[in-house]
Amino acid sequence: MSKSQTMTDSEGKEHKTPMFGGDFDIVRLLLEGRAFFALIAIIIVFSALSPFYFSLNNFLIMSSHVAIFGLLAIGMLLVILTGGIDLSVGSILALAGVCAGAMMQGLTAEAAGVILYPPVWVVVLLTCLVGAAIGALNGVLIAIFRVPAFVATLGTLYVARGIALLMTNGLTYNNLSGDPALGNTGFDWLGFNRLFGVPIGVIVLAVVAILAALLLTRTPFGRWVYATGGNARAADLSGVPVKFTTVMVYTLSGICAAIAGLVLSSQLTSAGPTAGTTYELTAIAAVVVGGAALSGGRGTIGGTLLGAFVIGFLADGLVIIGVSTYWQTVFTGAVIVAAVLLNSVQYSGRRRRSAGSGTPPSPKPSKPS
Amino acid sequence: MSIAAAHQDDSGEVVLAARNIAKSFGSVHALKGVNFKIHRGQVTTLFGENGAGKSTLMKILSGVLAPSSGDITLDGAPIEFSDTIEAREHGISIIHQELSLAPNLSVRDNVFMGRELTTRTGSVDYAEEARQTQLLMEELEEDIDPLTPVEELRLGQQQIVEIARALSINSRILIMDEPTSALSAAEVEVLFKVIRDLKARGVSIVYISHHLEEALQITDHAVVLRDGVMTAYARREDIDLEWIVRNMVGENFDLGSPPEAQFGDVALSIDSVSVPDASGVDLVRDLSLEVRSGEIVCIYGLMGAGRTELLEAVAGRLNLTGGRVVLDGEDISHLGIAERIRRGLVLIPEDRQRDGLVQTMSVGQNLSLASIGAFTRALFTSPKLENEVIDESIDRVHIKTSGGSAPIGSLSGGNQQKVVIGKMMATHPKVVLLDEPSRGIDIGAKAEVFKLLAERASGGVGVIYSTSEVGECLSVAHRIVVMRRGRIAAEFGPDVTKAQIMAASGEAID
Ligand SMILES: Nc1ncnc2c1ncn2[C@@H]1O[C@H](COP(=O)(O)OP(=O)(O)OP(=O)(O)O)[C@@H](O)[C@H]1O
Ligand SMILES: [Mg+2]
Repeated sequence: MSKSQTMTDSEGKEHKTPMFGGDFDIVRLLLEGRAFFALIAIIIVFSALSPFYFSLNNFLIMSSHVAIFGLLAIGMLLVILTGGIDLSVGSILALAGVCAGAMMQGLTAEAAGVILYPPVWVVVLLTCLVGAAIGALNGVLIAIFRVPAFVATLGTLYVARGIALLMTNGLTYNNLSGDPALGNTGFDWLGFNRLFGVPIGVIVLAVVAILAALLLTRTPFGRWVYATGGNARAADLSGVPVKFTTVMVYTLSGICAAIAGLVLSSQLTSAGPTAGTTYELTAIAAVVVGGAALSGGRGTIGGTLLGAFVIGFLADGLVIIGVSTYWQTVFTGAVIVAAVLLNSVQYSGRRRRSAGSGTPPSPKPSKPS
Repeated sequence: MSIAAAHQDDSGEVVLAARNIAKSFGSVHALKGVNFKIHRGQVTTLFGENGAGKSTLMKILSGVLAPSSGDITLDGAPIEFSDTIEAREHGISIIHQELSLAPNLSVRDNVFMGRELTTRTGSVDYAEEARQTQLLMEELEEDIDPLTPVEELRLGQQQIVEIARALSINSRILIMDEPTSALSAAEVEVLFKVIRDLKARGVSIVYISHHLEEALQITDHAVVLRDGVMTAYARREDIDLEWIVRNMVGENFDLGSPPEAQFGDVALSIDSVSVPDASGVDLVRDLSLEVRSGEIVCIYGLMGAGRTELLEAVAGRLNLTGGRVVLDGEDISHLGIAERIRRGLVLIPEDRQRDGLVQTMSVGQNLSLASIGAFTRALFTSPKLENEVIDESIDRVHIKTSGGSAPIGSLSGGNQQKVVIGKMMATHPKVVLLDEPSRGIDIGAKAEVFKLLAERASGGVGVIYSTSEVGECLSVAHRIVVMRRGRIAAEFGPDVTKAQIMAASGEAID
């Protein structure tokens, strides 16, 4: 290979892969940061309407609500980036909670006639495995058997919910705090405790978000995800393992849903088979409000988190000022549509503006002269 | 600009005139004050390098883009188009360089998309649409059923559909932006016949092509655009090929000659390979071909001869029904695409929009997509190393872009093609397969691509490229293989004549 370097670096070109968002110039900031500005607006409006809204403690409580949607939305973003959709996350969340509940109540080993009480870390691990397994099933159906993502995950939405109902007979596991005598205490730590004053659920969200952001922006897998969603055929011909990538994003989405299920049942110290109904739609909404394109290939973790906070802070704010739940639904819907409207402005705008960003034109000589 | 000033007031009636047209995309000045005229019933051809601004000018004349400044007069009256529909109402239609068809719809539905014919009750008159589509296909001498979904057609046929759609509009001014880039010589002949008919009916044509000889056959006026400025105008009678090339790029290019033959071992061996189409009929039959390292093989054939299928099967995109592919002495028939790339076998596909580029990614991310491993350290990609790969690629294949972070859609067609080539070259392959590598690129870029192939071959890379332009066979190839109906019909050395090649391919020569 004839290496002719030294030229471009002097021009100070950047091709950066920003972790949360984009290059910082004003118009782009305004557009890409619109979820951020929406969040600020929501905080200002509700703080004016209610004296209880603007306090650190309330923010932390609201954030631990957001954590559930945020975790689902991160998994959903991975899937949507590849051009797919995952409708099963709400059901996986419920099934994960129920599985954790069942294990906390003790597993009866038929043959030995004893009841096993696995320690909490084992419960957490096994629950995540359940989520991963259902996610992988989605992925295999979609990538290998070519079932459309919408249909495949709609199927698992019903199946997972059904299994959760079967396992509990429709009832709810109530006491999940464990028993010191059995050595399985600590489950409520996830939902109740705080580290440096921050609820553990929020910390879990932050950790998952950072890992996901690293995954998307700094690993080959992240590049595969964006390429698969942008043009699967071209990705395939460039050696991107498209099928593997597809199976993996659904698996990761399943794991995220299972983690959300753990956090939720720990917060409630109970696990019911009907938990998380329609949460998949909230997760999709968060991803869309966060600026991702449903057609795939475009979106960031930062945006998705903001989207989750916008929706969560809006919903809690409406509760705090005492708006009826019916109106809450209307408002949430309006926010989603407004966000998607801005999406189309952003993408057409970006195309128009694109040539303006970056360095002034320094056309490479296209021929020897 | 003195030549440009004298632009065409001598011959025929001017239908449309554009004055001082400028267009900027942000800081990129694609057009810098261009004057352009279209004459009734005549063909005006726009020549220019990739990125010269040809497509941009045509998009302005057809209402796709609004000019930054300048004005357009139609039949002497000033006019402004707010969109393509308005332009169409004034009788201007355009065949875009990049296909704009809906792949899931049938040929008929694509031809009438947005202008559906209706019966008296207001429902779509499918029968009439199908009848007219059939007539258009007959006029273009193409055997395509109007009800076939477009995605089932090969690229050349899709281009025919695009042309048919433009013809069906019955416009007074028809703009053709590289209408022949995927057509065979015979299909081009038919198109030219249609163009002559249109001229006789008083339709004015603007033609753009990087096939210079071909364009010279049909044109009445030649306009050369360079870096957004019109640099030369002449009537057909006064010029020749050399004039165009000189004005386009400032010097004469030839497509090179075969590099000195220093062949190594057999790098790639295709061993009695058969490739079926969707219905199980073999498109490639029991075909064997060997390439040594350092050797350049050209596959010539008409559209439908099975070249694309052969190359895609060798690259691992299509399955074989028989035979095997051996790379460096190892059977790789069972391996996936990624593994073949890792072992040094890459394909540069024919259709860059569909198979080559990820539109949502930047130029740089597209360039580095196939060689992510090269800039991954432990688990993570290194932006610094990636930028080195990108900048090296931009430089290696001479891509005209504001930088690696530019969106891929901001590049001209030819530069997009170079991105696809650059992407695969960045993997440092041992054997390169190129399916019509010169599609849509200008003569300078073409010469560069062939020079690049010759360079790689001298470095020990085995190269196979396919083409449907005879002229390109007689450039850097050491060996020319003619394919016909899925088989090798003939093999020649570099001293063969064009006529021999065409005869072997089954092409009629006049
Ligand atoms: N949407 C856009 N945004 C930014 N720059 C653009 C856009 N469209 C075109 N350009 C730039 O304008 C210039 C002219 O492009 P154009 O497509 O008109 O070239 P062309 O002469 O048709 O080339 P080709 O022969 O490769 O088709 C190029 O430098 C291109 O990068
Ligand atoms: Mg063009």
